[in-house]
Amino acid sequence: MQTEQAIAPLLEVYRSQPGGLLPLLHAVQQALGYIPPEAIPDIARAMNLSRAEVHGVISFYHDFRSEPAGRHTLQICRAEACQAMGSRDLENHARRSLAIDFGETTADGAVTLEPVYCLGNCACSPSVRIDDCVYARVDPARLDALLAELGD
Amino acid sequence: MRIYVPRDTTAIALGADAVAAAVQAEAQRRGLELELELIRNGSRGMFAVEPLVEVEVQGLRTAYGPVSASDVPGLFAALENSAEKHALSLGPVADIPWLASQQRLTFARAGEGDPLCLDNYRTLGGFAGLETALQMAPAAVVTAVTDSGLRGRGGAAFPAGIKWQTVLDTPASQKYIVCNADEGDSGTFADRLLLEADPYQLLEGMAIAGVAVGATLGYIYLRSEYPLALSVLRDAISRATAAGYLGDDIRGSGRNFHVEVRLGAGAYICGEETALLESLEGRRGVVRAKPPLPAIEGLFGLPTVVNNVLTLAAVTTVLAQGAPYYRDFGSGRSRGTLTLQLAGNVRRGGLVEIPFGATLREVVDEYAGGTFSGRPMRAIQVGGPLGAYLPEQQWDIPLDYEAFAAAGAMLGHGGVVVFDDTVDMSAQARFAMAFCVEESCGKCTPCRIGAIRGVEVIDKIIAREAPQENTALLQDLCDTMEQGSLCAMGGLTPNPVRSALEYFPGDFT
Repeated sequence: MQTEQAIAPLLEVYRSQPGGLLPLLHAVQQALGYIPPEAIPDIARAMNLSRAEVHGVISFYHDFRSEPAGRHTLQICRAEACQAMGSRDLENHARRSLAIDFGETTADGAVTLEPVYCLGNCACSPSVRIDDCVYARVDPARLDALLAELGD
Repeated sequence: MRIYVPRDTTAIALGADAVAAAVQAEAQRRGLELELELIRNGSRGMFAVEPLVEVEVQGLRTAYGPVSASDVPGLFAALENSAEKHALSLGPVADIPWLASQQRLTFARAGEGDPLCLDNYRTLGGFAGLETALQMAPAAVVTAVTDSGLRGRGGAAFPAGIKWQTVLDTPASQKYIVCNADEGDSGTFADRLLLEADPYQLLEGMAIAGVAVGATLGYIYLRSEYPLALSVLRDAISRATAAGYLGDDIRGSGRNFHVEVRLGAGAYICGEETALLESLEGRRGVVRAKPPLPAIEGLFGLPTVVNNVLTLAAVTTVLAQGAPYYRDFGSGRSRGTLTLQLAGNVRRGGLVEIPFGATLREVVDEYAGGTFSGRPMRAIQVGGPLGAYLPEQQWDIPLDYEAFAAAGAMLGHGGVVVFDDTVDMSAQARFAMAFCVEESCGKCTPCRIGAIRGVEVIDKIIAREAPQENTALLQDLCDTMEQGSLCAMGGLTPNPVRSALEYFPGDFT
C-alpha cells in the first residue's frame, strides 16, 4: 500500500514521456531506495508494458536494485586506470575489512559494497564513491578513514 | 581580487570543496569578504596539481597547486606580502608549460570562469558558431562540418559530416540529435570535464546540429556515474533556454531546438549507439543490427544524429572559425585536435588537447612525465577497455586514426592508461574477458558466451594446463568474437587479450 502511494504520482509524471521507463525507475529508486518487486505490476500497467518487460529492464541495468541497500553505498572502481594504481589490493582490503563481497551489505546494515567500472576520475586513481562523493588516490588506510567518518 | 577554486569531480575528490570553504573562512577572518570574489570555475584538466587555486589581481591570474585547506591561511599571508613567492606558486596561468604547449580548441574555455555564467561564455567566443549557423542554409552548415574533416570522437571516428548529410537527406516528421555522454571507457574523463567546465559548448553544438539537419529535439544520454555533470547540465539547459539559445524561436530565427538530459543506469554497452537508442526508448540496452543506420532509422525509428560530446562541441569551433581553420590542424585523414586523457600510473595525469600526429612517447614523456610510482613504464592501453596494450616498441606510432589502426590498435576516445613494470599482463587479459562477461548485452553468442569461455581458457593458461593447446584455443575464440560479434564490445574485446599475448608472452608462463 505504501509503495503504491509513493509511486502513483511518479507514474503520472512519466507515463506520457517517450521512453519514460528509465527515468521512472530512477525516480522510484530515488524515492524508495530500491524498486520493490510489488511495484512492477503498477509500473507495467502505467507504461503499457508487460511485467516481464519491466523486470527485464530492472535486471539489465546495474544501477537498479530490487531490495534496499545499506545506509551507505561504497563503490570501488575496478577498471584499468585504477588497476594500474593498485585497486585490486584496495578491493581485497575492503572485502576483508567489511567481511562482505561485492553486491552484499554489512550485517549492521551500514555499508553496501558495489563494483563500478569507471568514475571518470582516472588521472588520480584509485577512485571510490561513497554515496554521492567521489574520492581520489584512495589506499587501504584512506578507505578505512573514510568509512570510519561515516560514523555508524 | 578574485579567487578561483574548481568545481570539478576530480578536483573535489582531491579536496576542492574544503579549499573553497577555507578560502571563504580565511577571507572573513581577515575582513576581506567584500573585496574577494570566490568563483567556482571548471577544471583545466591539470589534475596532478588539483586543487588548483587561481588568484586574479589586476587581470593577472596566478596559479597555486596542489592546495589543501590547511595551505589557505599561508596563501593569504603570501598574497599580502607580494614580494614573497609562495611555495605552491606555479606562476601565471598563461605561462604554465603543461598548458601553454597544448592546442586547445574545444577545451580553450575550460577553467576560465564560472561554467554556468552565460556572459562569460559569450565573452570567450561562445555562441558565435550558433549565430553563424542560424544565418546559413542547413545544407551549408552540413557542408562546413564535412569540409572540416571532423570525425566522431567517441571512438569509431566516422566522418561527422556524412552522418549529418544522411539525416538531412532523409525526410521525416521528426528528427533527433542524440548526444552520447555515456563515457564508460576507463581512462577517459574528457566528456565529464567538458560538461562540468563548459556545458554551453555542448548545448551550442547540439543546437547547430539541430539547425543543420532539421531536428527540433535533442537528448543527452549521460551516464549515472557523473552526478555533478548532471546537475551542471540541468542548470545550463534551463539558463540557455531562458536566454533564448534553446527552445522555440532560437534567437529570433524561427528555428526550434529543445534539449533533455536522460540518465543511463550503469551499463557500459549503452555507449554503443544502437544500445543507447534502445535505452533512451526505455528498454534493455541491447544492440541493434545495422543496417538500418541510426541516421535513417534511429530514435523511435526516426532519423537521428548520434554524436559524442566532443564531436558536437568541436562543431562550435568549425562554425565559428570556419572549416579550414579546424581542418588545418592534424595529420593525414585525422583533422583537428585530439583530446588525450593521461590516466592510471602517471606522474602528471590530466587532459591534453593537441593536433593529431604527435607520438604516444612524446605525449607520455612530455605531459605525463613518467609513472606515479617512479617505476619504469611497461604497457600503455590506449582507447579504453577494448583497446590494445602497447609495449614500448609501439610507442612511436603517430597518434592518428589510420596509423593506430595499421598497428592493430585504436585511439578510441583518447584514453591513455599507463602501467608500470609491476603489471601482470595475464591478469589484464583475463580482466578484458571478464569485463565483457559483465557488460555484454547478451544479444549475440560470440560475445555473450565467448567472453565466459575466454575467462575460463585464460585461467587454464595461467594454471599451466596444456598451455599451447589452450593458447591456440584462445586465439581461435578471439577470431570468432572478432568476426562474429554484432558490435564493438565482442568484436574488440580480443584487442587487449591478443596484444597482451603477443607482446608480453612471458606473463602467461
